[in-house]
Amino acid sequence: MAKQVPYLLVEQVEKTFIRNGIANNVLSDINVAIEAGEYVSIIGHSGCGKSTLLNIIAGLTPATTGAVLLENKEVNDPGPDRAVVFQNHSLLPWLTVYDNVRMAVDKVFSGRKSKAERHDWTMHKLDLVHMVHARDRRPGEISGGMKQRVGIARALAMEPKILLLDEPFGALDALTRAHLQDSVMQIHATLKNTMIMITHDVDEAVLLSDRIIMMTNGPSATIGEILEVNLPRPRRRLELVSNATYIKAREAVLKFLYERHAFVEAA
Amino acid sequence: MSRPALRAVETVSPPEPLAAATAEVIQLAPRAAASTLGWLKPKAVAFATSVVPPLLMVALLLLIWEILCSGSNASLPPPSRVWKEASDLILDPFFVNGSQDIGLGWRVLTSLQRVAIGFGLSAIVGILVGTLVGQSTWAMRGLDPIFQVLRTVPPLAWLPISLAAFRDANPSAIFVIFITAIWPILINTSVGIRNIPQDYRNVSAVLRLNQFEFFWKIMLPSAAPYIFTGLRIGVGLAWLAIVAAEMLTGGVGIGFFIWDAWNSSKLPDIIIALVYIGLVGFILDRLIAALATVVTRGTAAN
Ligand SMILES: Nc1ncnc2c1ncn2[C@@H]1O[C@H](COP(=O)(O)OP(=O)(O)OP(=O)(O)O)[C@@H](O)[C@H]1O
Ligand SMILES: [Mg+2]
Repeated sequence: MAKQVPYLLVEQVEKTFIRNGIANNVLSDINVAIEAGEYVSIIGHSGCGKSTLLNIIAGLTPATTGAVLLENKEVNDPGPDRAVVFQNHSLLPWLTVYDNVRMAVDKVFSGRKSKAERHDWTMHKLDLVHMVHARDRRPGEISGGMKQRVGIARALAMEPKILLLDEPFGALDALTRAHLQDSVMQIHATLKNTMIMITHDVDEAVLLSDRIIMMTNGPSATIGEILEVNLPRPRRRLELVSNATYIKAREAVLKFLYERHAFVEAA
Repeated sequence: MSRPALRAVETVSPPEPLAAATAEVIQLAPRAAASTLGWLKPKAVAFATSVVPPLLMVALLLLIWEILCSGSNASLPPPSRVWKEASDLILDPFFVNGSQDIGLGWRVLTSLQRVAIGFGLSAIVGILVGTLVGQSTWAMRGLDPIFQVLRTVPPLAWLPISLAAFRDANPSAIFVIFITAIWPILINTSVGIRNIPQDYRNVSAVLRLNQFEFFWKIMLPSAAPYIFTGLRIGVGLAWLAIVAAEMLTGGVGIGFFIWDAWNSSKLPDIIIALVYIGLVGFILDRLIAALATVVTRGTAAN
């Protein structure tokens, strides 16, 4: 009875796209509760509906039925309390790195922070992702990894209740990816914010997450299983390689993805 | 600041083997400061290669023209006669010898003033209406065919109607410019607005930008390359229209000057005026293009 309501609650969410009169039931019966400060990954085969689920939580796509509750209040519209780091960074190419972040800061904190405070806030977020040196460059002049960092800085700058990341490192090479994963772990440790991340990468999911949501294949994809990763933080990738819990968790995810829910090409 | 420095290094040491490249990079900052002179040289070369060929071509064409028209029964004057009879128009564009006898510079300025008003109005209205049309699929479906038809109406065909409506030459000329220049601006803007990537819309949705902020911070910059394409076509059409309109409405513009010169059989004057018109049109086009590169800097590079 005394149990608190969860921080984020996804309840009975179902999504059906209708295109040209043909209904496509992408998600069905999605129920999940996420606590404040948790790092949750969503993993599943391509096209199963991960992005759709994330967009429903973000409010960018309306759910067909069901509801998303944040701190026990239903959310239907997008807003800066659920900041998104988009798969393709989505920086505005005509603004500098600084202005991309500053624009978000100005919008979210207008009236609440003075000009000087907003500047400091922007610089602080850029510093968190180690991008202060490139503040005056435009997105076209920096690397993919750097763009993703700026995207994360912009999302963090909104001081969101939940940070939503849609395959944030998907387009990056392995080394850059590892760097950014470490950055994100550091940020999570410092700010203790709630994060939901979509990934295709089993190692990434196990390394970063407190829990891994594994989705079944579509159509009508749903949550197949939720795996707890009980590894102490801070986690260091080199030490984990031989850690028994890590190996077990990794095996569990791989088994789910490739044995029980192997990807079958639609006929 | 790091960009010009880099460029300087690249251009200063072109033929050196690759092995030297790392050494160059280390020297980056000091070289950049000292290399203004070395940087000018390739610039001068680039300037020469872009200016000398057209000059040669012009000289050649003048020569051919001279040969073709130097016969005694040639219907058009050769360049030498144009120079002899109308060199005052070239040498002193800003003389004033009475209300109708003024330099071509003044006439061009008068015409440019009309173009500025007409084109300015068409830019404002075109961008605003284009934005509205581009946002709505239904408006697009309904209005686009109409625009496409109106777009093809020649500037002069509007003149009688606008003369009837305004009962005055000057506003009629301005209206003709307006109505000629507006279509490419409007159509290009609406296409640009329709092509705003979903990503930018998502960003603005997450930030909860209001309509006004979305227009200024996302729509305009995102559609800017399209808008400037429209403006560039528009300014060219406006300049085409002004000359034609002035021929009919009179006044002191460059268009009427041509008509006047024709009536008094001053062919050399007409030829000089044509050169003026061509050069001014070229400069207008370049101005818009330059403005576009300044404003849309970085927009294309993603
Ligand atoms: N706007 C839409 N209209 C119609 N169908 C859509 C729309 N968005 C997504 N879908 C469909 O929903 C399904 C799930 O798409 P979604 O993008 O959520 O998959 P995903 O799990 O994120 O895939 P990936 O891992 O490749 O990014 C796909 O079959 C897709 O065709
Ligand atoms: Mg996706």
